[in-house]
Amino acid sequence: MSFEPKIVAFLCNWCSYRGADLAGTSRMKCAPNVRPIRVMCSGRVEPDFILKAFEAGADGILVLGCHPGDCHYAEGNHAAARRIPLLKKMLAQLGVEDERVRLDWVSASEGHRFVSIIDDMTEKVRALGPFSKNSGEEKHG
Amino acid sequence: MKDDVRIGVYICHCGSNIAGTVDTKEVAKFAQGLPSVVIAKDYMYMCSDPGQNMIKEDIEQLGLNRVVVASCSPMLHEHTFRQACQDAGLNPYLFEMANIREHCSWVTEDPKSATEKAKALVSAAVRRIYYQEPLEVREVPVTASVLVVGGGIAGIQAALEIANAGHKVYLVEREPSIGGHMAQFDKTFPTLDCASCIFTPLLSAVGQHPNIDLMTYSDVEEVSGYIGNFKAKIRKRARYVDEDKCNGCLVCVEKCPWKAVSEFDEGLAQRKAIYTPFAQAVPSVPVIDTEHCVYFSKGTCRACERFCDPKAIDFEQQDKEVEVEVGAVIVATGYDAFDPSVITSYGYGHYDNVITALQFERMCNASGPTDGKIVLRDGSEPKNIAIIHCVGSRDKNYHEYCSRVCCMYSLKYSHLIKEKIEDAEVYQFYIDMRCFGKGYEEFYERVSDEGVKFIRGKVGEVTNRTITEEERGKLVVVAEDSLMSAMIRVPADMVILSTALEARSDAEAVARLFNISRSADGFFLERHPKLDPVATTTDGTFVVGCAQGPKDIPDAVAQASAAAARVLAMISKGSVEIEAATAVIDEELCSGCKICNLLCPYSAISFDEEKSVSRINEALCKGCGVCVAACPSSAIAGKHFTTEQIMAEIEGVLV
Ligand SMILES: Cc1cc2nc3c(=O)[nH]c(=O)nc-3n(C[C@H](O)[C@H](O)[C@H](O)COP(=O)(O)OP(=O)(O)OC[C@H]3O[C@@H](n4cnc5c(N)ncnc54)[C@H](O)[C@@H]3O)c2cc1C
Ligand code: SF4
Ligand code: SF4
Ligand code: FES
Repeated sequence: MSFEPKIVAFLCNWCSYRGADLAGTSRMKCAPNVRPIRVMCSGRVEPDFILKAFEAGADGILVLGCHPGDCHYAEGNHAAARRIPLLKKMLAQLGVEDERVRLDWVSASEGHRFVSIIDDMTEKVRALGPFSKNSGEEKHG
Repeated sequence: MKDDVRIGVYICHCGSNIAGTVDTKEVAKFAQGLPSVVIAKDYMYMCSDPGQNMIKEDIEQLGLNRVVVASCSPMLHEHTFRQACQDAGLNPYLFEMANIREHCSWVTEDPKSATEKAKALVSAAVRRIYYQEPLEVREVPVTASVLVVGGGIAGIQAALEIANAGHKVYLVEREPSIGGHMAQFDKTFPTLDCASCIFTPLLSAVGQHPNIDLMTYSDVEEVSGYIGNFKAKIRKRARYVDEDKCNGCLVCVEKCPWKAVSEFDEGLAQRKAIYTPFAQAVPSVPVIDTEHCVYFSKGTCRACERFCDPKAIDFEQQDKEVEVEVGAVIVATGYDAFDPSVITSYGYGHYDNVITALQFERMCNASGPTDGKIVLRDGSEPKNIAIIHCVGSRDKNYHEYCSRVCCMYSLKYSHLIKEKIEDAEVYQFYIDMRCFGKGYEEFYERVSDEGVKFIRGKVGEVTNRTITEEERGKLVVVAEDSLMSAMIRVPADMVILSTALEARSDAEAVARLFNISRSADGFFLERHPKLDPVATTTDGTFVVGCAQGPKDIPDAVAQASAAAARVLAMISKGSVEIEAATAVIDEELCSGCKICNLLCPYSAISFDEEKSVSRINEALCKGCGVCVAACPSSAIAGKHFTTEQIMAEIEGVLV
């Protein structure tokens, strides 16, 4: 059987979580690999959450917030937009492929966009293989 | 392990919505084996009364102190189940939901993968709830006054309902007068009652209402606070006329020698540099348009001042900042009409006698620029009039949506034309006739009987390149008649473009100001399209009328009344529940670095200089968690989204 990656998606309560709901209510289909976790805002996602997810067996991590300018808390997603790239730089130095962590924006009306990000991410991480195989020696958390 | 945690897990079938894809029995069996789970059951409809009663009984009989329901999205039923828990004496924050419908059964094809995913989501909820703590739902008092933004029919209706119930309303309108689009109309479909006969009394009722503080020529500049307790900063732009002194005689307007294009008349007439947009304007106090007033540009004139008896003209007047405190906000900023000049093939702006629907409204209006006469640019009477539907609507290049009122107002025009020019020929170029409202289909029948020519098909172009004798000197509408599958050419003296209703050009800025969202079409997004159509995701802020999407006057009024009722219910209750999931700083751990102070979007964090620690004002905190994630000392805990809870959820989701 081919490798099926496990992907954790942090979804903000106001935009991306509802975009994911919309994908469901519209009966769109997407890869089953993504496990959503609701946070109030993408700005709540601590770098430790991402390290923890890798440690617990995730092969890829998505952080999805509201589009710039649309954050329910005005600018919480700005914090995410600063924090996640910094973390990615650090991970890169540890040899973690760039595509394993992705920060993106999905509005409450973008069910399609949610599905295409999920499918795209699943495909990319599947191609990379399991996290532990190539980055296993980098244990964090 | 805390050994006193007793979790009950309930897996909902949602009929076949979940159980059709997810093996709910297997998920329940899996849940039964998770740590601290006392009972796990699956059931047909958890949200039904028997479903809720099952939870309540188990809480009482099995001594459950945590409840997980795996069913639909928490956006739908989190409240329902929290309430059920509360009814059985369990703190609502000791409830957790796993979304195995929207996020699982509905988006997953393969039943096996869906079942695995459902298990992961249940395991995450179970692990997370282990760490959940009871929280106190906070109640805050509601300020018994309301801010209404936009004075079209929707804003007016909402303002009057609330004011009539005895509460203070601040009505902010950015134009010199209230009225919005409806004030421009002559007659309204489908009843054809005279717009000003039904509307002017409402305008004056607003102007005179003791409970309405009307601020026209004003903008809301800043909104802060939260449901029940908003603060808004409003800038009243200088009119250069003292509202308290002016008696509305409008001698100034008559004497003013300088002219400008009238916005209200859609460019079909001129107005003075000191003006009211229309005769029945409320307030009847004019404004000086500094761009066209020669005193402001060249320093001489002051004609108005000389003739003003009560000495109301004040060239030194400054903008004024007003701050108001309100319990709720109603956004009623309406729509813009689509600018058809971008569709160059229709010739708007190029041919004199291609006009927009709003221009035609003004033309038909008895007090409009042509005194109600339908005339061509040269003053003569048109005989052949073509009306093109869906200009900018139902068109992938502009707006995909249907503007909902264009078919109806186009039919209205047929009637008005036939009424004013007996031998006129009217051609309606339509895609589909959409006459959905009460009395609308009947109106369509009535107008059809008056002898209108309906042509089904999209218009390719409007041109003055004529071919036949009959066409000479006229415009020609070239279209595909899709019922006859033929290209046709219809000569016309006048072409009316039924332009789309679109979101205001400043909708993005307004959305940001009031912290509300927009849907893909640009209009403001309601909280739920079916179950909560006037609320927004910002508690205490409502959206009504065309600001939410294109609609007719009856629907705009219905929404306005609905929002008013919601606001009045809030005021009469006197208090509202607000987010209990706020952040708190552990002063022992805080290093006083102040990083969080600047990050908080609500300025809820202040610094205690004496103790050199930061502190969060819970009333202002909205619980976004940005500070929690940023604190280098891990001194801040985000209640209900604690690091411990989320870490447990991460573990759970990856079983
Ligand atoms: C050509 C045409 C003909 C129509 N004929 C009919 C008809 O016969 N019957 C019918 O039922 N419907 C008709 N309609 C639809 C009708 O116009 C709308 O249903 C109605 O006007 C909606 O009212 P509103 O208050 O939501 O918006 P508007 O009428 O647009 O009012 C919004 C108000 O808010 C103000 N505003 C905007 N932004 C701000 C801001 N940022 N701050 C403060 N104030 C602001 C505006 O100046 C305006 O006064 C017609 C529409 C068109 C285009
Ligand atoms: S003349 Fe004076 S009182 Fe009369 S409308 Fe003009 S400003 Fe008002
Ligand atoms: S970021 Fe943390 S340590 Fe710094 S001031 Fe805020 S609470 Fe204190
Ligand atoms: S609420 Fe969605 S990113 Fe902040």
